[in-house]
Amino acid sequence: MNGEIYRVAGPVVTVTGIKPKMYDVVKVGHEGLMGEVIRIEGEKATVQVYEDTSGIKPGEPVANTGMPLSVELGPGLLESIYDGIQRPLEVLQQKMGDFIERGVTANGLTREKKWEFTPTVSKGDSVKGGDIIGVVQETPNLEHKIMVPPRKSGTVEDIKSGKFVVDETVCVLSDGSELSLMQKWPVRDPRPVDKKLSPTKPLVTGQRILDGMFPVAKGGTAAIPGPFGSGKTVTQQQLAKWSDTDIVVYIGCGERGNEMADVLNEFPELEDPKTGRPLMERTVLIANTSNMPVAAREASVYTGITIAEYYRDMGYDVSLMADSTSRWAEAMREISSRLEEMPGEEGYPAYLSARLSEFYERAGAVHSLAGLDGSITVIGAVSPPGGDFSEPVTQNTLRIVKVFWALDAKLSQKRHFPAIDWLTSYSLYNDRLAGWFTENVGSDWNELRDNAMDILQEEAELQEIVQLVGSDALPEDQQLTLEIARMLREYFLQQNAFHPVDTFCPFDRQYKLLKSVSQFGEKATDKMENGVPINKIMEMESKDELAKVKYEEDFDAALETIMAKMDEEFTQLGGN
Amino acid sequence: MTKEYKTIVDIAGPLIFLEKTEPVGYGELVQINLPDGTTKRGQVLDTSADVVVVQVFEGTQGLNDESGVVFSGDTIKLPVAKDLLGRILSGSGEPLDGGPRIIPEKRVDVNGASMNPFSRRPPDEFIQTGISTIDGTNTLVRGQKLPIFSGSGLPHNEIALQIARQAKVPGSEEDFAVVFAAMGITNEEAQSFMEDFEKTGALERATVFLNLADDPAVERIITPRMALTAAEYLAYEHDMHVLVIMTDITNYCEALRQMGAAREEVPGRRGYPGYMYTDLASLYERAGVIKGNKGSVTQFSILTMPGDDITHPIPDLSGYITEGQIVVSRDLHRKGIYPPIDVLPSLSRLMNSGIGEGKTRDDHKAVSDQLYAGYAEGRDLRGLVAIVGKESLSERDQRILEFADLFEDRFVRQAKDEDRNIEDTLSIAWEILSELPEAQLTRIDNKYIDKYHPAHQNAE
Repeated sequence: MNGEIYRVAGPVVTVTGIKPKMYDVVKVGHEGLMGEVIRIEGEKATVQVYEDTSGIKPGEPVANTGMPLSVELGPGLLESIYDGIQRPLEVLQQKMGDFIERGVTANGLTREKKWEFTPTVSKGDSVKGGDIIGVVQETPNLEHKIMVPPRKSGTVEDIKSGKFVVDETVCVLSDGSELSLMQKWPVRDPRPVDKKLSPTKPLVTGQRILDGMFPVAKGGTAAIPGPFGSGKTVTQQQLAKWSDTDIVVYIGCGERGNEMADVLNEFPELEDPKTGRPLMERTVLIANTSNMPVAAREASVYTGITIAEYYRDMGYDVSLMADSTSRWAEAMREISSRLEEMPGEEGYPAYLSARLSEFYERAGAVHSLAGLDGSITVIGAVSPPGGDFSEPVTQNTLRIVKVFWALDAKLSQKRHFPAIDWLTSYSLYNDRLAGWFTENVGSDWNELRDNAMDILQEEAELQEIVQLVGSDALPEDQQLTLEIARMLREYFLQQNAFHPVDTFCPFDRQYKLLKSVSQFGEKATDKMENGVPINKIMEMESKDELAKVKYEEDFDAALETIMAKMDEEFTQLGGN
Repeated sequence: MTKEYKTIVDIAGPLIFLEKTEPVGYGELVQINLPDGTTKRGQVLDTSADVVVVQVFEGTQGLNDESGVVFSGDTIKLPVAKDLLGRILSGSGEPLDGGPRIIPEKRVDVNGASMNPFSRRPPDEFIQTGISTIDGTNTLVRGQKLPIFSGSGLPHNEIALQIARQAKVPGSEEDFAVVFAAMGITNEEAQSFMEDFEKTGALERATVFLNLADDPAVERIITPRMALTAAEYLAYEHDMHVLVIMTDITNYCEALRQMGAAREEVPGRRGYPGYMYTDLASLYERAGVIKGNKGSVTQFSILTMPGDDITHPIPDLSGYITEGQIVVSRDLHRKGIYPPIDVLPSLSRLMNSGIGEGKTRDDHKAVSDQLYAGYAEGRDLRGLVAIVGKESLSERDQRILEFADLFEDRFVRQAKDEDRNIEDTLSIAWEILSELPEAQLTRIDNKYIDKYHPAHQNAE
């Protein structure tokens, strides 16, 4: 259906004569700018346009594609860098240079590369939506499973094998539908699953405060709110680098261009700790920086989660980082305000809460249509204005997510990184994952962690007294508690993302480190009860040496030496 | 083409509404001919088959329904040429220095296009500003956007000028330029900037855009875009390293709010428009370095925080976009310390990629972290001392307290013309760190302590 432009006001364009359905994608103006129908009012339809509308005039033509905003799903997604509407940034650069001009279209998946397809079904087999019909080796470590699109089924009439580009037919079903390596899916619709499962395994991130204190489950949801400069992006990037999932989808939503450039630069050179291959091979990046069109920013999180769902359906564990969901919410607010909708809290649209929960609900551990277990873990950064957690985006997010990693400006000013506040953060997965920890980390792990948290909690209470009277006025046992808490903070919780060794700390090391501090605590308490003065314990060299063991390449040997020295020093203290 | 419409139906604040025009493009530049023969300029904000809304830059004074409106058919463009260097232009790009009009090599849309993130090169070249609190603890790199968060009555202008004078990449002799965009600053402030530029000979390497306090507020929306367009042209087409100084972002945001109110938009926090984040991003994000291109655009903007409140929407939204911030503190200023930069809330996000072996020095990061940790603890202790007195502190705490004083006195304080190189900055850091017990230096690897700690130097 072709119509024409009636009105242009920034990214919101009113058109007439196209008879659209809601969320149809339309091409606006002589240059064919891409947009999406977001309101229909009689003859007129309101379109949010994903590109700059300067110079566009009323009366220019509008064409309706009749299709909702969709992404292309198939081999070639990995290692790609897309904008918010799945245009590969590399292709855009080839087409128009270093600055993004408008009106350029590009396929999400390349039509140039041929993929080796090995079928796993034969003629006469009956298949239904989500079933796997064959595989493509997408990267050396990832077998990409080609699935029947959901809602299609039938008997296989013809199946090919060999090399194909993504849009060539490889399989024909009895109802006449032709399947290729690629399928399209509307981004605003969650992909169907057989059933949702409850998560039982932790997402191992190699970050001590996250794994050790506030773990998130595979298939769970977490939020990282924090004021600017508190380390949201570094934390998100650490998660993208070190999470033990098969696939990582990283959405840079309305954030800094230089940061995205950094990710683009660094990921191809970093190694996946699990496979030893470049991290980029398991990553899909979506970069819609803050100066790129606001409507595409709104779409970017949907593009990302749809890609994540597609790999989940193949039975993979996927983690998705969205940095930052506040920018996404602001994009909604901006568009809503241009539509002159009645605003809710702080100008955000009244449907903010619904949109956020719909998005986070697309996470989860599932039994896919193909009968495989996969999961999506969603970790959303939130950027509350003024660092005030009572604002609508943070509050609406906290109502949904199960893990809360609260970043604190005070900690980051002290250069305590990751600046996650151990007193306000929480994880609701600790109980559910306790069994896994006992079995895989250490039988006393849960206990060690709970004790450490108790000590840190006690420290916070003692600090209030110290603020008034100074630490020397405390009884000796409380001084010791303060010292153990300091060790927990500095030796265990602090972690240097930029140190080659410390950036990733496997569970085995986390356990040993926490255990060492705990052993020190036990022995020191014991000595003190036997009359050894606190300042003797404070002067122990091995205690200070333990501070730097996390930087050691040969961790086990270094720790053994220190712990041996500690034993010796304790013996010398006498006291019995 | 030059059809004049006399169909104004409504004038409200800086906006005029016209009926019955031919199709007009969104964002088109408009000329308005007043009955008394003067002309004004404006831009199309909203266009439909029935009504066109135009925002008038110079204000609507003297306008009536007999005024004629001519649509240019084109968006706002800046004529660019290498001759821009050494020129002083108005906030909308007209010459103010009595010189000839710029003969354009080409005309560029001032809104610019967004840089493809794929084309960006991550900034990693250290810029030495000669100021220890920046070089040592909040390092600036080429292609970064690092604003100064200041307050009224604080010496942010002096700091900006000192940086403009001293900034260099050690060991390189490359083409550099300064683009200066004044938005709503007073004539007096503008004069002092101009005098300093002239005195140091910087003016011939500079392009100045002046929108002063008494110039139309609407023009302020265009001024930084003009400046950034000039900067991008010099950087990416003439391989220059451009430092853009924009002052004052607060005035810019006030103008944005004024426009939003005139358009009767739904206001966001404190009356600022809901799209202020996106709008500010369209300025700040125009800093950067492109792969395979020699030039760079580095931004150093000044922002005065209303009521020294860092959570006010202007510094808050800026902080979420810029790559850090340099915070100027009233307390330090009152103590008579120049530059009164408070390192604790200050941050340079790109610091880690610009420092270290081969760039500054291998111990730089560790030293910086240690300074932060020590100073932060010292500042906490000051609060405690106020309650219990210095005597009741442990010896360890007393030394940390002294360290905080030393840090302010030796590391932060420097003269307005003192250009410290990075070696100087780091040796001052080690000198004051050596006042702390060595076991307290937990942030520094032992190998650096052996290599740089003054006590170890003497032993050898």
